[in-house]
Amino acid sequence: MGVRLASEDGFKPPSTADFELPPVFADNPFTTKPVFLVFFSVILISVFFILASRKAAIVPSKLQFAGESVYGFVRNDLARDVIGHEFMRFVPYLFTLFTFILTNNLFGIIPFLQFPTMSRVSFPYVLAMFTFVIFHYVAIKHKGLIAYLKEIMFMPGVPKPVYILLTPIEVATYFLVRPLTLSLRLFANMFAGHLLLLVFILGGEHLLQGVIGLKLVSPFAFAFGIALTFFEFMVQCLQAYIFTLLTALYIAGALADEH
Amino acid sequence: MSSKNFSNWAAVEGANPLIPHTAELIVGFIAFSLLFLVLRSKVVPMFEKAFTARTEAIQGGMEKAERAQIEAERALAQYTNQLNEARSEAQKIREDARVQGAAIIEDLRSKAAEEAGRITAAATAAIEAERQQAVTSLRNEVGALATELAGKIVGEVLDDQVRQSRIVDRFIADLEKSK
Repeated sequence: MGVRLASEDGFKPPSTADFELPPVFADNPFTTKPVFLVFFSVILISVFFILASRKAAIVPSKLQFAGESVYGFVRNDLARDVIGHEFMRFVPYLFTLFTFILTNNLFGIIPFLQFPTMSRVSFPYVLAMFTFVIFHYVAIKHKGLIAYLKEIMFMPGVPKPVYILLTPIEVATYFLVRPLTLSLRLFANMFAGHLLLLVFILGGEHLLQGVIGLKLVSPFAFAFGIALTFFEFMVQCLQAYIFTLLTALYIAGALADEH
Repeated sequence: MSSKNFSNWAAVEGANPLIPHTAELIVGFIAFSLLFLVLRSKVVPMFEKAFTARTEAIQGGMEKAERAQIEAERALAQYTNQLNEARSEAQKIREDARVQGAAIIEDLRSKAAEEAGRITAAATAAIEAERQQAVTSLRNEVGALATELAGKIVGEVLDDQVRQSRIVDRFIADLEKSK
């Protein structure tokens, strides 16, 4: 109600335009905030983990322990438990994936940065493409191209007429649904989360400029914005986890001998 | 929402958020690949090294503890064994001592008995000798006394030793016979 009243006063609710940040230098599209944030995340992650792993001590320092906790989580709880005995080959990729997504998601609530890079759909697309290429490549190498395609199109142990229904579904699952859901899930969560925060915080700010009654409502909007920030933190971690977990599951499926 | 607001909202709306930007795709690809290369070459091997070292350290420690445990068990078995051996040896020694003691006592007892026998025999012999001696001397004395007495009575001096002796012998023999 407040927003609506305010909007009649000229409040512009946050929209998709808030995600189209202009280039910093001239019209160079490589100088936008998301681009800087992505490169910043690469530097941040690299420096942190190189410092944490440099000594590789048996009794770890606090820094090494922190780094190892993240690495051990991806290595043991994701890669090893899901993929099985060949997991070590995929640990570097899964580790990169998890830290990259997590850091870029967390940028959404880190003061001054405050923009989740993954709300720009291009980045989830790129990551999903990597996963897509990797799990198909692994499957083809492991099973052979013909056997792999046959397994996708004609799942064994199914009555023949069912293939009319099952084959299109399976083909769509492997080549369309998996990469799309993977990227869009991440994108949409970050996009919606950021939009929600914008609504409450910009709305609260606008209410503060309204009449006295609206000023009194304003703290509630801010409080809700803060509560949502905590909620967003959870979603950001969860999405990084889900993306990595699904990638591990797809790789495990590619390595499995039976469907 | 009024139509005015809606048009307002539509005006500020940007491009379709599902359409990727070429620049961002390139940046994403490069940035992610870069991070992957750094983490794979620098971070993962180091963490793996630490994990391996730690596993080895823990396993080494456990193996050491296991060895110590086995060693301790072995020592305990050895000590128990030794203790049992000592016990049985002590038992044997005690038994031997008992047997030996009994033998010694038996020996001493038999020796004592023998000694007693010997002493008794010696005493008996001595007594017998003394008695014999007493009998002999008594016989002589009694003979002399009797002869003297008889001589006095019958007035006849029986000084002939041989005769005297013969009379006494006959007398005693008579005496013994009458007895």
